[in-house]
Amino acid sequence: MGKITLHDVRKNFGATEVIPGIDLTIENGEFVVFVGPSGCGKSTLLRLIAGLEDTSGGVISIDGVDATALPPAKRGLAMVFQSYALYPHMTVRKNIMFPLKMAGMEIGEATRRADAAARVLNLTNYMERKPGQLSGGQRQRVAIGRAIVREPAAFLFDEPLSNLDAALRVNMRQEITELHQSLKTTMIYVTHDQVEAMTMADKIVVLNAGRIEQVGSPLELYNQPKNTFVAGFIGSPKMNLITGPEAEKLGAATIGVRPEHLDVVSEGGWSGIVGLSEHLGSDTFLKVTTDIVGTLNVRAGGEVRLRHGDRVNLIPQAGKVHRFGADGKAMA
Amino acid sequence: MARTVTPRRKLYFTLAAWTVALLIFFPVFWTILTSFKTEVSAVASPPQLFTADWTLENYAEVWSRSDYPRFFWNSVVISVGSTLLGLLIAIPAAWSMAFVPGNRTKDLLMWMLSTKMMPAAAVLIPMYLIFQKTGLFDTRIGLVLALMLMNLPVIVWMLYTYFKEIPGEILEAARMDGASLRNEIIYVLTPMAIPGIASTMLLNIILAWNEAFWTITLTTVDAAPLSAFIASFSAPQGLFYAKLSAASTMAIAPILILGWFSQKQLVRGLTFGAVK
Amino acid sequence: MATQSSRIAARLMVAPSVILLFVWMIVPLALTLWYSFRIYRLLSPERSGWAGFQHYAWFLNSPDFWLAISNTLLLVGGVLAITVILGILVALLIDQPVWGQGPLRILVISPFFVMPPVAASIWENLFMHPQNGMFASFAQGLGFQPILFLESYPMSSVIFIVSWEWLPFAALIFLTALQSLSSEQMEAAEMDGAGAMSRFRYIVMPHMTRSITVVILIQTIFLLGIFGEIYTTTQGGPGSASTTLPYMIFKQAVIAKDIGRAAAGGIIAVILANIVAFFLMRSMGKNLDA
Repeated sequence: MGKITLHDVRKNFGATEVIPGIDLTIENGEFVVFVGPSGCGKSTLLRLIAGLEDTSGGVISIDGVDATALPPAKRGLAMVFQSYALYPHMTVRKNIMFPLKMAGMEIGEATRRADAAARVLNLTNYMERKPGQLSGGQRQRVAIGRAIVREPAAFLFDEPLSNLDAALRVNMRQEITELHQSLKTTMIYVTHDQVEAMTMADKIVVLNAGRIEQVGSPLELYNQPKNTFVAGFIGSPKMNLITGPEAEKLGAATIGVRPEHLDVVSEGGWSGIVGLSEHLGSDTFLKVTTDIVGTLNVRAGGEVRLRHGDRVNLIPQAGKVHRFGADGKAMA
Repeated sequence: MARTVTPRRKLYFTLAAWTVALLIFFPVFWTILTSFKTEVSAVASPPQLFTADWTLENYAEVWSRSDYPRFFWNSVVISVGSTLLGLLIAIPAAWSMAFVPGNRTKDLLMWMLSTKMMPAAAVLIPMYLIFQKTGLFDTRIGLVLALMLMNLPVIVWMLYTYFKEIPGEILEAARMDGASLRNEIIYVLTPMAIPGIASTMLLNIILAWNEAFWTITLTTVDAAPLSAFIASFSAPQGLFYAKLSAASTMAIAPILILGWFSQKQLVRGLTFGAVK
Repeated sequence: MATQSSRIAARLMVAPSVILLFVWMIVPLALTLWYSFRIYRLLSPERSGWAGFQHYAWFLNSPDFWLAISNTLLLVGGVLAITVILGILVALLIDQPVWGQGPLRILVISPFFVMPPVAASIWENLFMHPQNGMFASFAQGLGFQPILFLESYPMSSVIFIVSWEWLPFAALIFLTALQSLSSEQMEAAEMDGAGAMSRFRYIVMPHMTRSITVVILIQTIFLLGIFGEIYTTTQGGPGSASTTLPYMIFKQAVIAKDIGRAAAGGIIAVILANIVAFFLMRSMGKNLDA
């Protein structure tokens, strides 16, 4: 079981209010990603759930039990840190068995569990090594192994992939997703990378300045961003946000069009000059300086032969224009 | 450094460095050498680097005239005992300062160091009386306590600088893994800080071994360590250079040898966090 | 990383050290303060009572007192100057590409392992002695009169001996600091056209600031209380020429057996130490933060 409920959870550091009050329910078995720019309070929120920081107010309950005042050891949660935080003086085996030893588990059972975790994580041949002799990806797997042996109520991940190189990051992302599918345990995952959020989450929590901007599935966030912040944060390349007369024509303060929802046409629409064109083969990314709506990002088809300096016309696809009011909120 | 150095340049620097190092070391070398000479050749003029009449007689004489093993054993008990006791008290304190720093942590550390600035001579009389009254005078336990307290600020400071290098996330991981504070310190912090603890230990054993003020003033016979042994050998015995050198060598040899073997760790510890 | 409970735990764990050190400091200090206002002579125990400020007045009016203060500061300042300057030079030399850096370090560190009474007696007898010392032999060999080091230049001799004891400490800290200087930084400076002198001035010295701070701090702590070296060699003489404040107090306590007067001297020494500590912490504290 691993249902976590936050009720009006607040956190101040001295006079600075980091989290002004958050309500959130994380269902048992969900994969929830906290995403937001750096300094948005997502790591602090995770550490509050873990018990590594005291809350300044509010209630955190785990499986219906008030855990607000419990020390981290008593909350039944496991955490994977950004730096992996492996114990450098212990072998991989001892690292993985450490939480079991702390729980006073009998050695035979502890060994059996560690071996099982090692099999799942492909660490069987590295059990007698020290963390210093492992690659980044292997260390990451040891950290995960140390978390899963305890069979915790939920896993907490604090930007676990940010120290890995790009290729390994994609691999580990998939491994963690598969792990979640086989364990079906609640996972809370903090990242600043919206791609990780989109690819892994059942539910994304977008945070900004300590407040929840929107909670929803990846596609909800993509299709119906509640405000300009979420619209700009989710999706890559970023959504084009246009203000001024063109927005007012649609009765909005701001309109948003995703780069993939702009069609290149021969005439009509917004005319502009191609500044930058990146040809990836599968896609072509254009930066077009238009005459009336500023610079737009455009995602065109695979082999569009457009070069720097070419004049193009852009038209947003029907029904794909998001409208936002003067307060930044989405309009119906 | 990956720069090219001409062999000639390297030779010059080597010669210069060795000359300086040998000059610094020379008094120690000369003392050891003199301890194997006869009294006559010890004071020969001009001084003789090598003589024909090497002898162990000085050592035999010093050994028979005093109870060297007792002094030696007292030195060992006092320096090792005070260091271990100090570590036991300082490790939790350094944990607090390094991992739960407050606004006043730096001030606290500086205050601790400032207690060492009080000149020992200034508080000699009260200390003497306190030791007499409490029955600690001329006991090993008394000296262990005194030297532990004297070096505690240094131990706390050194450990603090080492602990600060350990990432806090690892201790948090231990906490998440269900370790109590006690287990966190025993199973995670202490093993990770072993090199730092080792050099702290070494430096403090050396400081305690070489302490000469309290060890001489707070002991008479029973607990007197080697610093008192050497004091008893100076003036009143007359100027017997070879015997004085033998006694000096016997007083410094144990720590000199320990220091030579652990020089690498020790120098790391000596930096007091001055080098990142 | 701090929760309420870990903050409480931290207080509890730092408490034993703080309490022990506080007691170790305050009890003798309070007793000393008490005695400093009492008449208390071991040689005439029948006289006792309040002394008021007479012991303090005695110190402040004694010509030896001001000499002792200046000797104390001279000793601390002199040793600091010598060990820091020579220490940097020795460290720079050993840091060069030389053969046998390991053995060199062992040779240089050795004086640090020699206990102060032994160090003092080696220098006094084997080297500085006017008849049998090595320096005297050399002087005679060259046809000069032997120099009476401890009689003619007592303070300089003591400063020299103490500097020898502390030079290894300074040199090895500086060496470690030098070796932690990234060679890329030096190479970048070389590419930018900085000569050896400007590299030393603008790269090496700023890098050493922290270690120089630590050397000065630690050495001052130990040097303010220097006693054994003077006791073994000059006994504060000739006359009072090499008497420092700690030694003057020691003379009052152990030789004149006037506990009250010695206690007053002790309080004065504590005040002096605090003044030095105050200036030291104020000027050095910020160097330690970084």
